[in-house]
Amino acid sequence: MSISNAIDCDIHPGVPTIKVLLPYMSDYWRESFTARGQDNFQPASYLPNAPIACRPDWRDGDAIPGSNFDLLQKHALDGFGSRLAICNVLYGGSFSISETMGAAICSAVNDWVKAEWLARDPRLRASIVVPTQNPQLAVEEIERLADDRRFVQILMPVALDMMLGKQHYWPIFEAAVRHSLPIGLHAGSLYRYAPTTNGWPSHYLQDYVSNNHAFESQLLSLIAQGVFVKFPDLRIVLIESGVTWLPGFLWRARKTWRAVRPEVPWVDESPIDIVRRHVRLTAQPIDAPSDPAVLERVLNQIGSDDMLLFASDYPHWQFDGESVLPDGVPARLIEKMVNDNPLATYPRLRETIQ
Amino acid sequence: MGKHIVAALAEIPPGSQKLVHVRGRAIAVFNVNGELFGISDTCPHQGGSLATGATVGLTTSEEPGKFCHSRPGEFVRCPWHSWEFDLRTGQSWCDPRKFRTRPYDLSVEPGEALVAGPYVAETFGISVEDQYIVVEL
Repeated sequence: MSISNAIDCDIHPGVPTIKVLLPYMSDYWRESFTARGQDNFQPASYLPNAPIACRPDWRDGDAIPGSNFDLLQKHALDGFGSRLAICNVLYGGSFSISETMGAAICSAVNDWVKAEWLARDPRLRASIVVPTQNPQLAVEEIERLADDRRFVQILMPVALDMMLGKQHYWPIFEAAVRHSLPIGLHAGSLYRYAPTTNGWPSHYLQDYVSNNHAFESQLLSLIAQGVFVKFPDLRIVLIESGVTWLPGFLWRARKTWRAVRPEVPWVDESPIDIVRRHVRLTAQPIDAPSDPAVLERVLNQIGSDDMLLFASDYPHWQFDGESVLPDGVPARLIEKMVNDNPLATYPRLRETIQ
Repeated sequence: MGKHIVAALAEIPPGSQKLVHVRGRAIAVFNVNGELFGISDTCPHQGGSLATGATVGLTTSEEPGKFCHSRPGEFVRCPWHSWEFDLRTGQSWCDPRKFRTRPYDLSVEPGEALVAGPYVAETFGISVEDQYIVVEL
């Protein structure tokens, strides 16, 4: 099925070097990064030469994948025929140990995205990257940029310093709702906490697969702490979370809620209903079983066609060949994923689409 | 329809509960601060015996982090999966439309009146000095 004219909800412009961010920093930080000689604040989610890090025909020598504007335009926008695409920059500001350095990098990334990406192609939109290390600084960054309607989302790593539902993070949610910005939670962490409750894994295999633990626990934290009761207009987008874990998680969450719900009486409806109303997922990767019929059954178990958003995850290569969507995704669902669901999820996209 | 004596009131004092059988039906009888409630004993979820469940109050909330506790003792939690059932309506709290157990109207009658009939005492004799719990089926 053709997906042309879609809204691509997750592409990744790459920061080639900290040097491109220096013009968007204060004198202090420009001097600091120059003096320290620090560079390459790439997240460690993908090894640079791993096939998943970039589709082979999208590679540009040894350059950081996604860092070339012309190639991104050619591969991601023209290549998929997308009418809009949301830029999610994954870079060190989100996970820097120093919260002030994190804020400086985030702010530079956002201004760099504005000047070097959004300004150069009207099809591009972006997420505001924020220093979650300090929610107050994160809110300041949101406030600084919220008037620019091309920023359509707030982007955070899914695994943070603490459980996401805690009141520590509520100022970020309040700002998100105030400015009609969903919170995008992207696979990844701060890279200083073990990604499992049993300590550090030995292998990349474990690190990659264990990502959905973070998504499950953060999602359940948002529900159990009453974040969606406090912020009924809040929308959460799980980005690169995979999809097929969701039905089992929902079933388990509802079953346990029914047994222990007096512990969290503010959760006065089934977690399944809460998730269907407040949570969306980019459908890249779909971590699909090879049998399309099985995938279709799993997708139907989610019980809603409103939740999945089309995403290419450019330049990452999560799919087989050029099949950005695997067989087994029902046609009716694809139609919603590429247009209706993104527009319903991101109020600011609706402003620019008739 | 007939009235059936299910237990002597003294057998189920306030704060206690008992499983009784009336015409083949298993009924869980609860005495909550002197008020009597009867519901079908079989949990509509998977069949746990509600007569052996713990009675609790209703916990609700006005906002995250705040607890409101009301109607002490008026709910029973199934011993198997802890689902809460409202003793007044038989409805489960989490899914009241789909999961409900039948409520029964109970009354208390003096033994003196019961001796005269038309009541059916299936398993025990009646003393005119005592009070009895009666269900209409």
